[in-house]
Amino acid sequence: MASELTIWLIILLPAFAFVFNGLLLRWLPEIAAGPFRLTGKKSDLAGWLTVVAVGVSFVLSFLALLEVVSDGTQYFDMRSWIAISGVDIQFGIMLDQLTAIMLVVVSGVSFLVQLYGVGYMHGDDGYTRYFSYMALFTASMLGLVTARSVIQLFVFWELVGISSYLLIGFWLNRPSAAAAAKKAFLMTRFADFGFLLAILYLYSVDPSWLDIQEMYHAITAGAMAVSVASWIALGFLLGAMGKSAQFPLHSWLPDAMEGPTSVSALIHSATMVTAGVFLVARFFPLFEHSDIMFLVTVVGAVTAVFAASMALVADDIKRVLAYSTVSQLGYMMFALGVGAYGAAVFHLFTHAFFKACLFLAAGSVHHAGGTFNMNYLGGLKNHMKITYWAMVIASLSLAGIIPLSGFWSKDEILAHAAHGDSGIAMFALLMGLLGALMTAFYMFRAVIKTFHGEFRGGGGKEREDIEASGEVPPEGLEHVHLGESPWTMTVPIAILAFLAIVIGFFTNPIFDLGFANKHAFATFVVERNTDVFHDHEAQVHAGSEPKFDPLIAGISTVLAIGGIAIAWLLATRTGVIPASVEKMTLPFQNLLRRKYYFDELYEDLIVSRGFYSYFARLVDRLDISGFDNVNIQLYRWTDRAGRALAKVQDGQVQTYGIVSVVGLIVAIVIFVVVAQ
Amino acid sequence: MSEFNGILTVTVFLPALAALVILLAKPFNLEDRIIRWFAILSTVATFVLSLIIFLAYDRDAGGVQFIDHISWLSAETIKSSYLLGVDGLSAPLVLLTGLLGMAAAFASRNIELRVSEYFIWLLLLEAAVMGVFVSLDLLLFFVFFEFEVIPMYMLISIWGTGRPRYSAMKFVLFTLGGGAFMFVGIFAVYLTGAVDTLTMVDVPKLGITGIPEQISGVSLIAPASLIFAFFLVAFAVKLPVWPLHNWLPDAHTDAPTAVSVMLAGVLLKMAGYGMIRINIGFFQETNGFTVHDAAGILSVIAAVSVVYGAIVTIRQTDMKRLIAYSSVSHMGFVLLGLTAIGGSTAANQLGGINGAALQMFTHGTITGLAFLMVGLAYDRTHTRHIPHLGGLWRRMPIIGIFFFIAGFASLGLPALSGFVSEIMVFLNSFPVWPWAASVSAFGVVLAAGYVLWMIQRTFFGSRPAEGGIPNDKYEELTDAEPLDLIPILVLTIPIFVIGIWPKVVVDVFKIGIEGILR
Repeated sequence: MASELTIWLIILLPAFAFVFNGLLLRWLPEIAAGPFRLTGKKSDLAGWLTVVAVGVSFVLSFLALLEVVSDGTQYFDMRSWIAISGVDIQFGIMLDQLTAIMLVVVSGVSFLVQLYGVGYMHGDDGYTRYFSYMALFTASMLGLVTARSVIQLFVFWELVGISSYLLIGFWLNRPSAAAAAKKAFLMTRFADFGFLLAILYLYSVDPSWLDIQEMYHAITAGAMAVSVASWIALGFLLGAMGKSAQFPLHSWLPDAMEGPTSVSALIHSATMVTAGVFLVARFFPLFEHSDIMFLVTVVGAVTAVFAASMALVADDIKRVLAYSTVSQLGYMMFALGVGAYGAAVFHLFTHAFFKACLFLAAGSVHHAGGTFNMNYLGGLKNHMKITYWAMVIASLSLAGIIPLSGFWSKDEILAHAAHGDSGIAMFALLMGLLGALMTAFYMFRAVIKTFHGEFRGGGGKEREDIEASGEVPPEGLEHVHLGESPWTMTVPIAILAFLAIVIGFFTNPIFDLGFANKHAFATFVVERNTDVFHDHEAQVHAGSEPKFDPLIAGISTVLAIGGIAIAWLLATRTGVIPASVEKMTLPFQNLLRRKYYFDELYEDLIVSRGFYSYFARLVDRLDISGFDNVNIQLYRWTDRAGRALAKVQDGQVQTYGIVSVVGLIVAIVIFVVVAQ
Repeated sequence: MSEFNGILTVTVFLPALAALVILLAKPFNLEDRIIRWFAILSTVATFVLSLIIFLAYDRDAGGVQFIDHISWLSAETIKSSYLLGVDGLSAPLVLLTGLLGMAAAFASRNIELRVSEYFIWLLLLEAAVMGVFVSLDLLLFFVFFEFEVIPMYMLISIWGTGRPRYSAMKFVLFTLGGGAFMFVGIFAVYLTGAVDTLTMVDVPKLGITGIPEQISGVSLIAPASLIFAFFLVAFAVKLPVWPLHNWLPDAHTDAPTAVSVMLAGVLLKMAGYGMIRINIGFFQETNGFTVHDAAGILSVIAAVSVVYGAIVTIRQTDMKRLIAYSSVSHMGFVLLGLTAIGGSTAANQLGGINGAALQMFTHGTITGLAFLMVGLAYDRTHTRHIPHLGGLWRRMPIIGIFFFIAGFASLGLPALSGFVSEIMVFLNSFPVWPWAASVSAFGVVLAAGYVLWMIQRTFFGSRPAEGGIPNDKYEELTDAEPLDLIPILVLTIPIFVIGIWPKVVVDVFKIGIEGILR
């Protein structure tokens, strides 16, 4: 029996690292850091402390997973946070199969990223600050996945948001980082408005549903009307779309690479963006009970292709990866939409490892080449073998090549969509297949441009070119030192690459292996999760017995290999596409490069012009020349009336005399007239 | 029957006594330094007393405690007395006043102009506000409520910046205008035949039945709705509620830092307190009209205050003015929480009013901190014009950290106190007024917008924008001094404590509010 304390420790250890790095380290005398001195500064302690804290969290998470494997879902007591008679907001821990998987993924990937950060961030002025934010980020995400109350979930949800804000804006002196951080927080906050309203509505219908277990039971017992479930699910979906960067709330994520690359690795793999998918999975019974599952499917399917299309032409390697994240999250979303809970969670699981690997490898590329712009890279494969092979493996996995992990999870999603009976499921399948082709193409385009061919000068050359064109080069362009990165960086990359190979097949094999049963992962997250899936039918529907479909697998593999082949052809042979055709695609390429003009639409048209320059200006004017003016006029009239009346008492005896006499005469006249 | 514990009298009059000492010491031409530290120490002593009151308040017994009672008018028709006491509603607000009084005194360390007079007025201000929160006699309450105007006028008009006289006079006219309405309201209560006391609550220990009990079910001298409106206007001006808010941005912008801290921190809370104590406390069972009837329209006004305030905030270019308008928005949440009184369940009523009370407390510390940080930055940059700033983090990271904390708390970040009060207000007002609550909840999105945008334009970046602070001046900017950390931490610690463990304050508030709701 995993004790409650264990679970709290999983969250509190990184939280402690946050407090220690952010607050206590400042007052720690240099000497106390002695045993940890590697280069003689106490700030080194921050990195290793975070690594150790998250590492222990990972070990505890793994123990928790084993507990859930043997004992099933566990709910721990709710503790009162605010209690007024009638209003009782409680927090507690919920440890079900989904939580257990997420705990391991989050703490595991975070551990490797922290280790990587020790080397990657070495020498940065904000080294301590970096690790305190990273620890906060990890703690928030761990808190999110263990939440038993909806409010508690929302608390950590927002904390994840703010830590990503701090990390994206980590390099405070870069204006672009500030803009990206604000954009990320604001867009997700806008989406959270829906989440918040859904919580308020849920509370107003039945406050006890704030406890997720109670909500599950209410749905099973038929105590929740479908319309109620639909409204709540709609709000939750909006929140999830914001966090998971689903169309049309996707545009913050590509910009979010302004932070250190290790931050992107964490944001894009295990934390932050997976929170949205997690949210839908967490409230899966609610969504199944609602009328809006089709919407989940459509949003996911459209996003899968929409985001992939922008990755086709991106020049920045991190941007390619960012779009690919959005696209893969789309797969998970539509998997949930067609009911394939098991497949969605499985893809979330495998994706976390190979995507973290890709980002860390990209950081390693920057370490050597000094830039992320692929037009200035190339030929790096001879200089950094580990990074190269890790990148190739992770890309193959992402492209869905058998037998790497991405193949198994992606095909499970596609197979479920193929077996769906609705037109929307077919639409999702088509989009999924199209996305598979695009994914293979853009990943190998990126690999080839980065690692093959001739080296094109790196960050130094890019800086010169930008300066030559008379513009100010962005920060982050560094000098080239071709060579492999230090071990703290390559070891995590290698481990993640290894996991990208094995973690799909060996956790969820299609036939019994000695140490893993057939469909072990799917069985675990679906069949054993009896609070969510009550009967066998529901379990099968949600994917407890994945239908490995050779036909779908064959088609998607052909598409993936085709995508790789096209990428190879376009990169190595000139003139594959006739110039006239090439020319015809230019407007389309441009549309993709400009990201379908969504930034212009949101930032320029709606926010800047429509809201700020027009609407808010109008309200501001109204405040000054409307409401405040009323006050000022009121004052003026009072003042004038006062001045006018003051003449009555101006102290001039002659005036008093005249007024008295005239008044007397008038009075007499009136008296006489009235008396008559 | 009579009772006199003395601790409240001491707490209220200690700052006033200190002010008197400074006044009497004037002929001796003491060094400014001595006067400063004397004033600061007296606010520390007041804070300690307020903390003792808060901690020693017996939560199991509840009701009014620490009574100081001297009868001064005991006619057949009406009884009025010097009656001080705290209940669950006022105890946290007394603590808040002690906290902010101390922070304001520390933040005034660098005042050079007419030092002794400055501190005399500042101490009198604290005494007046403290008096408002502990007076249980309506007349006494009114005296303290109005007295606060005088020190505020002096502080803004003499030590202010920009257009201090204009702003100070505007403040006076608005407050006194509102006060006139309250005075009429008090008279209406006084002249009502069934009422023979001016005590605002029941004090069983003294054998006093308070006004709420006495006016329930009887015919008042004027329609209850009219008397309610008179009190409401007085407090709505002070809170402030749209469209009576225009004095606030001017007063805040031109006031010295410490006065802005006091204004945002505790002066506005007198209004919310008055609304709970009087508008809700008195008018629950009145004849012909009760507070429940007004809740609907007030919820609309609250929603307008929140969103209107937030939209205007986004347009501001002066940092202090920006925070001032954000106060209009945030005090809208207070009003929204109070309108949960129109709900059908006791849970929503209690929850909403508790949320409002907590929002007053949290806004006091959060906005106090924000003004303090802007003040510190302004002392160095000599400009608050946002387009002239930028890159401040690089020169003043400590000011930056706490400015971020204030900003994040203001936009309702969980684990900081603003979130707790806002979620309580939303959860309990939504079932009652779903549309008003939904619209108000959007204020949280707008808050993220103005806070983050301001942070981006002032603290992010590598240097101030073109036309802003010149480069050589920028490189000379310094960070906060160690002593500045005292007021900063005084305000920051409650933000975290309440954000993580709100029961510290909520458990006390709820006792008072349960007592007021009958």
